[in-house]
Amino acid sequence: MTPDECSGQCKQCTNNGENRRTMLSWLLGGGALASMVSFLYPVIRFLNPPLVTEAAVNEASGGKVQDLKPNSGKIVRFGSKPALLVRVSDTEWKAFSAVCTHLNCTVQYRDSTQQIWCACHNGTYDMNGRVVSGPPPNPLEEYAVNIRGDEVVVSKRA
Amino acid sequence: MTAKITHWLDDRLGLSAIRELAAHKTVPVHSATRWYYFGGITLFLFGIQVVTGTLLLFYYRPTVAEGFDSVRFIMTRVEFGWLIRSIHSWSANLLIFAAFVHMFSVVFTHAYRRPRELTWASGIILLGLMLGFGFSGYLLPWNQISYFATKVGADVAGSTPVIGPAIARILRGGNDVGAPTLTRFFALHVMVLPMITAALVALHVILVQKNGMSTPPWIPPSRVRQMKFFPNFFLREVMVWYGALAVLGALAAIFPWELGEKADPFASAPKGIRPEWYFLAQFYTLKLIPSHVGFIEGELLGLAGFGVVAVAWALLPVWGVNRAGEARTRLVTGAGIFLAVYLVVFTILGYVK
Repeated sequence: MTPDECSGQCKQCTNNGENRRTMLSWLLGGGALASMVSFLYPVIRFLNPPLVTEAAVNEASGGKVQDLKPNSGKIVRFGSKPALLVRVSDTEWKAFSAVCTHLNCTVQYRDSTQQIWCACHNGTYDMNGRVVSGPPPNPLEEYAVNIRGDEVVVSKRA
Repeated sequence: MTAKITHWLDDRLGLSAIRELAAHKTVPVHSATRWYYFGGITLFLFGIQVVTGTLLLFYYRPTVAEGFDSVRFIMTRVEFGWLIRSIHSWSANLLIFAAFVHMFSVVFTHAYRRPRELTWASGIILLGLMLGFGFSGYLLPWNQISYFATKVGADVAGSTPVIGPAIARILRGGNDVGAPTLTRFFALHVMVLPMITAALVALHVILVQKNGMSTPPWIPPSRVRQMKFFPNFFLREVMVWYGALAVLGALAAIFPWELGEKADPFASAPKGIRPEWYFLAQFYTLKLIPSHVGFIEGELLGLAGFGVVAVAWALLPVWGVNRAGEARTRLVTGAGIFLAVYLVVFTILGYVK
């Protein structure tokens, strides 16, 4: 409808104009929103880190027998995670996952109490990996220790 | 409810002042209005650089050992990583191109006149900063081409008289391009340059806002209509941005930016090595100058020439106007055409030869 035709029937014309404006506003807003989504989607996917497959580790070296004195412990690499190797006595060896089951800190061996202790929140485990005190909810996973020649080998239990 | 929130925010932020400003801002409409868009395009592309650059920082590792591999990881393993990196590279190039177009449009419409001298000067510094971004960012993927381009670039900077060797040492973090250079260029590229640029962009835009858009001197004021900035000009600008984004997306997807080979300091420079296109004209000029002109070293002469031209260009608002403050249109347009033709021809020659 041209403006001339309008003059006689203003009300309808204004309504038409308003309808058109509303629709254009919706199209504009919808288009802007849709493009925002199309920009944000790749960004969110980009920020999601790709899975890096780590080789599953079942065995790790704990060093030489003579390097660890009785009643002491040390942290050894077990794949990408730390493990705690403890020489309880001359012949008795123990190994655990060194990751505290409470909040992921790395635990240590305390020769004074002969327990495993986590410095972060004062959790303690006994020499079987069971929780003695403090906040840890679960025991530490225990690993097997074998002596091959003069080398200590830590491995996952079957 | 919405009215209540708006009112609450307005009370604290003074939004109505901004709304007032937006309502009154106008843009002159005339035969050269389309050139006004290029400043906005440059700003938009800079925004893209900030966003994609920040995203790349989530994965990039700025070391000689891991730099190249981390970029390859981004391009091959991270979802949309190839797209983000490709957009960052393409956008950098389009940004510099848009900045040059913007600069020449200001020259040919004589918008550098009073009271816009500082707008011009800040724009020239910003162009220099963009070239600095290009130079420093080029090295970060630590590939063969960028490694040698940086060696050459740092060497060129090093042949500046007196202060040259010191500049080159500071740039490289030592006597040669290596691990310290990468760390330095990274710091420059993601921290130093962005901070300076942010401040200058703010100044530049505030000055444009304060002084309004310039109308070319040959258009009589009576012939100029005004267009409301918001929403009329703004929506047109956004449409242009969408167009720029479409071009950018197409280039990034159809011609993904290559990564090349990992830099090897003990390999010979690959054949056909040359800098990015925006340094080609200078590169080719240096090639043409004989090794000695009289008693002066050729390279030194070339560099001195570039320096003089750059300073003279930054001082355009001084020599480009007469006593009455009117533009010396013939002189400036002539100089502008001369510079534009020189840049285009020498860039092409630099490519071909």
